Amino acid sequence: MAKINVQQYTGSGQAAAIFGMFLPDHIEQYPHMNVLSADMSVAASLDRFIYQYPDRFTEVGIAEQNLVGIAAGMASEGFTPIAVAQAAFITMRAFEMDRQYLGYMKNKVILVGLNAGFYLQYFGNTHYCTEDIAILRSIPNMTIFSPADAGEAVMAMDAALRHDGPSYIRLTGGSQAPTVYHEQCDFIIGKDIVLREGSDVCIFATGACVGYSLQAATILSETYHVEAKVIDVHTLKPFDTETVEQAKEFPLFVTAEEHSTIGGLGSALSDYTSLKGGYPPIMRLGVHDTFSKPGDYEFLMAQHHLTPEHIAEDIYHQLQK
Amino acid sequence: MTPDKIHSIEILANNIRTDIIKTGYLSGKKGAHFGGSLSMTEILATLYGCFISYDLSNLEHRDRVILSKGHAALALYCALFERGIITKEELESFEQNGSDLIAHSKRDLSKGQEFSGGSLSLGLSHAVGVAYACKLKGLTNRVYAIVGDGELNEGLIWEALMFANQKNLSNLTLIVDHNHLQADGTIEEIMNTDPLKEKLSSFGFETQEVDGHSVEALFTALSKPSATQPSAIIAETIKGKGISFMENKAKWHHGSLNESRFQKALKELGEDNHG
Repeated sequence: MAKINVQQYTGSGQAAAIFGMFLPDHIEQYPHMNVLSADMSVAASLDRFIYQYPDRFTEVGIAEQNLVGIAAGMASEGFTPIAVAQAAFITMRAFEMDRQYLGYMKNKVILVGLNAGFYLQYFGNTHYCTEDIAILRSIPNMTIFSPADAGEAVMAMDAALRHDGPSYIRLTGGSQAPTVYHEQCDFIIGKDIVLREGSDVCIFATGACVGYSLQAATILSETYHVEAKVIDVHTLKPFDTETVEQAKEFPLFVTAEEHSTIGGLGSALSDYTSLKGGYPPIMRLGVHDTFSKPGDYEFLMAQHHLTPEHIAEDIYHQLQK
Repeated sequence: MTPDKIHSIEILANNIRTDIIKTGYLSGKKGAHFGGSLSMTEILATLYGCFISYDLSNLEHRDRVILSKGHAALALYCALFERGIITKEELESFEQNGSDLIAHSKRDLSKGQEFSGGSLSLGLSHAVGVAYACKLKGLTNRVYAIVGDGELNEGLIWEALMFANQKNLSNLTLIVDHNHLQADGTIEEIMNTDPLKEKLSSFGFETQEVDGHSVEALFTALSKPSATQPSAIIAETIKGKGISFMENKAKWHHGSLNESRFQKALKELGEDNHG
């Protein structure tokens, strides 16, 4: 693992932290890396990277399928390509390419999905991405990261670059998202991080919802005297079952994700707990099989009960039942 | 190309064609992609007989042959067998349970297979990535991508062509096996690609049209790749070439041979003359 000064990324969006700061600052550590963009270099804050290291950058135009094909071809020749596009398009338009070139052929390509969840706000449902975890989980050999904040996004990228296999990094939240990590943590692929201890409810959260769940836990404690344990599930696949076992005695599991409740974190958890009895019921917070009414980020998160206040209230009411 | 060399490549093509029939017959009722394998036999014979450098002890500098029309893997297996890269036992494991030599090839450099083909157009996109990477590495090899004409229906093909032009991938040769048949009928009826030469030229490829069953014409075309831009060869071919009852028959895209047809096919290939 690289030494990462997490504090310098506080206040940045996840893409800006990775592409605007971390990669150009540490390029010597990744000699085979090449960043490929599907006309997304400006959106991904790659300007400085391209200026300093033009020969480490490849533009492929608005062509996400070809993006993944070219990246895979380069990976088969020993490069470590990072393919950057909007999350909705790199996972859905290019799904078959992700499956064949990465899952089946095992080409070590790092897919980066920009603006997963609702961050594209007024762009509308074509640009929201709340299905990516569900579909990529179904691909063998795929590792899926969903970092909580900018600092953890950098840690996930470092882990992906060192990992021997294909991966997808799902970027959520903007520069306004709450900061979760103020210093480097022990980021291990497939190993959750417990951020807060409690005994009344156990919240498994991923992406920007980790920060909102921590804020919800504060509300639960101060307003309702409910103590929540909060777990950051930064790797959706492989899924960490050890933290599930450790929380088995809780009365309630909650999952919080900026994603469909079908196929995402909630499904991953219930896929595991349904194998045998003795686990608490799971309340899944997320997008319940619906398209969204567009608006600003807070409006969208409120619509799906993913703001800290909604998360806290829904948990409290569930515990009263 | 000397007459002797032409003759030797023609014999190689006939051997590959005979291997296709024998191996396809061994697969029994499971069937094999005869039509599109037989149309590209001279292409593979000329490539593997004259151009492809493939040394297992020096794989980095090998030429890359990427079969984007992955359903014709049977022809590739037979060419690799004739070239000594896979064994007879491996060839005869074609479409047997648990074998890696299935209807669509699976990447395995130790067996001469560059790409896991099957889903049309994915091979060309991969190939332009490979050609780009080889250029970045400063290699002097060539990348050959073999594409079917029905495959040109896929949008990803044209994305890949644009990238090859944008990056001046002069180390890339695209070979279109233009056999004029796809599963539902003729190319012209289903999704006409004409004028194909003009299309490829306008996408930045130095494009030649040749008789895809003439090893001399293929040799000449393959010998003169552009030094400054990607090259394309449109090989005019006949689906099912060499077997009278398969030629130009869409149903022989994928089919199985019974005993009498197998014997008739072998006879047409002159196999009864030299065993």
